[in-house]
Amino acid sequence: MSFLHVDDLHVHFVTDRGSVRAVNGMHFRLERGETLGIVGESGSGKSVTAMAIMGLLPMPPAVIPSGRILYEGHDLLTHTAAKRRSIRGNRVSMIFQDPMTSLNPFLRVSRQLTEVLEVHKGLSRKDALRRVIAMLERVGIPSAAQRVHSYPHEFSGGMRQRVMIAMSLLCEPDLLIADEPTTALDVTIQAQILELLNELKHERGMATILITHDLGVVAGATDNVVVMYGGQRMEHSSTANVFRSPCHPYTQGLLKSVPRLGRTGERDKLYCIPGLPPVLTASAKGCPFAERCDRVQAVCSEEMPGDTSQEPGHEVYCHAHATEAAS
Amino acid sequence: MSNTLLDVRGLKMHFPITRGVLFERQVGVVKAVDGLTFDIREGETLGLVGESGCGKSTTGRAILQLHRPTEGRVIYRGQDLTRLTHQQMRSYRRQLQIIFQDPYASLNPRMTIGSIIGEPIGEHGLASGTEKEDRVYELMRLVGLNPDFARRYPHEFSGGQRQRIGIARALALEPDFIVCDEPVSALDVSIQAQVVNLLDELRERLGLTYLFIAHDLATVEHISDRVAVMYLGRIAELAPCDELYRNPKHPYTRALISAIPIPDPEVEAKRRRVILRGEVPSPLDPPVGCLFHTRCPIAQSLCSQEAPMLEDHGQGHLVACHFPEG
Ligand SMILES: Nc1ncnc2c1ncn2[C@@H]1O[C@H](COP(=O)(O)OP(=O)(O)OP(=O)(O)O)[C@@H](O)[C@H]1O
Ligand SMILES: Nc1ncnc2c1ncn2[C@@H]1O[C@H](COP(=O)(O)OP(=O)(O)OP(=O)(O)O)[C@@H](O)[C@H]1O
Ligand code: SF4
Ligand SMILES: [Mg+2]
Ligand SMILES: [Mg+2]
Repeated sequence: MSFLHVDDLHVHFVTDRGSVRAVNGMHFRLERGETLGIVGESGSGKSVTAMAIMGLLPMPPAVIPSGRILYEGHDLLTHTAAKRRSIRGNRVSMIFQDPMTSLNPFLRVSRQLTEVLEVHKGLSRKDALRRVIAMLERVGIPSAAQRVHSYPHEFSGGMRQRVMIAMSLLCEPDLLIADEPTTALDVTIQAQILELLNELKHERGMATILITHDLGVVAGATDNVVVMYGGQRMEHSSTANVFRSPCHPYTQGLLKSVPRLGRTGERDKLYCIPGLPPVLTASAKGCPFAERCDRVQAVCSEEMPGDTSQEPGHEVYCHAHATEAAS
Repeated sequence: MSNTLLDVRGLKMHFPITRGVLFERQVGVVKAVDGLTFDIREGETLGLVGESGCGKSTTGRAILQLHRPTEGRVIYRGQDLTRLTHQQMRSYRRQLQIIFQDPYASLNPRMTIGSIIGEPIGEHGLASGTEKEDRVYELMRLVGLNPDFARRYPHEFSGGQRQRIGIARALALEPDFIVCDEPVSALDVSIQAQVVNLLDELRERLGLTYLFIAHDLATVEHISDRVAVMYLGRIAELAPCDELYRNPKHPYTRALISAIPIPDPEVEAKRRRVILRGEVPSPLDPPVGCLFHTRCPIAQSLCSQEAPMLEDHGQGHLVACHFPEG
């Protein structure tokens, strides 16, 4: 039994203009003390997957036509709302991509953070405040004792992000879902935060799902990686495999698009994958990447490829990968 | 050498810090920006990097008068913007645009994205009817959004998709100058590349000028002509792009460059992260002497006594450090 097992998860959004298939068959296992990176196209269903695990999808418009989310063997999707709320407060927490999802703009930060500890850990206001200030210092907020009484808008983008990180770590979660936790941070503070997450992983066996666009962060901080495109997994393997021998054309294109330091002379264009992202409607068929793929075959726009892995533990969903290996 | 488009002199932006519910009392002042002097040249991209909270967004906002500066001047084509009334400032709004850092807070949730992008076009009477619609579709395609999405609402979009809506909106008026406040950090790297190429292309084609704020130093290197490094409300170093990356002189700049994550797990595993030790100073109570001395690996006693001036070390390479390296 895995600590967390997301099993063939599907999420659709039903709107009056038709349905959007945001997540199609997401699948992964996560163990204690492991960090799983989720990378992929913007709009590929990473946050929606995270929200589904948290039980925070707005339903409607979201529906989950099939799939299971097994947390220590129990399917979170069948839990009552009350039970899910208690798991969410105490054991699983999330750093949201949008800071304002978890911060109330009208309340001082001190009030919002101490409340977490008062409600879930039964601490007094005073003890809670002490813990909060210590945690804010750990995430690198200077003059935390004074700044803690500020309103969210009085913080810079990156400071707000760190306030959220502090908030999500206060209850010492077993599972942390971090959705773009460091996008607003400079590289030195980013390194400090990743170090902190790494410590918690080793000290307490915290399992982490790290969603990020920063492939440098993925390379340094994760054990395994899922690469998503158009609501589906394209490639899934150990971090070393994905970076050393990326097999899916999308992963290859993504890695090629990373801007590298050390430009030479004149400004040339950065490489990017040509074409537009797909529209995820019900009528879409075949591989979602087909329109933009440089290894596309006739079958690609007809049929979604299954697992075409050529070696164990390195899942790839690509027709070209299968046929090119065969020939 | 090209003309100066914006001349920023002695810019300061201080915010009061309060506590208490019924009776707010001031408990301090955040010196978010504390004496910036630099220029932005016509047609250039000036990169602005620095620690989170060091005042980059505040600088951008103060230039556009979205915050009224506490002190200092912002001279745009000969006109000091800080002296203009709100009314007078309106006529400059079309020329001076911003792409906001936070794609969530900046989009009206009740408007479809087509109308969000089209709003400024209508407001400034640039186009209407189908012409406006076509313009909106064109902008959407430009930033890599499918025009089929025009009738959807912001909450139906992912973070990165929303960021592109903000970019399309800022471009709608074909402005003169854009503050790009972390315009690509919410995007996947392929779209980042697309947007960076796009911004660069538009700059060339329309003669735009950018202040480009970002944390990703590789992207900044790619797009900038010159780069300014801020630390705690001041400029630590400012130099032509190539020069700054090849020959960084300020110890903070060096620390920044050495901390860039590398997209290769083997390199990352072997690499020792350079984490700056020492106390992170606060803009509420900035250190005496060099602002960086509490964390500087090469600080000497002079550093905690006297603030270094921003000095030219040749070819426009400005450094504020008593012991510049390299
Ligand atoms: N409330 C909603 N109604 C309709 N569609 C939605 C809604 N929320 C999300 N979607 C759609 O679901 C898809 C997946 O969105 P998601 O936020 O998971 O993307 P993401 O992978 O996190 O992208 P990013 O990297 O840009 O944050 C997108 O196409 C988005 O438009
Ligand atoms: N409206 C405000 N009221 C009080 N303090 C503010 C306000 N806006 C910004 N500050 C403070 O000013 C300082 C600089 O903030 P700013 O947003 O300019 O930083 P930044 O360099 O853009 O950081 P980031 O990289 O995290 O976005 C921070 O200490 C912040 O808390
Ligand atoms: S002046 Fe001194 S403390 Fe400041 S950066 Fe230079 S060496 Fe370091
Ligand atoms: Mg997301
Ligand atoms: Mg900012």
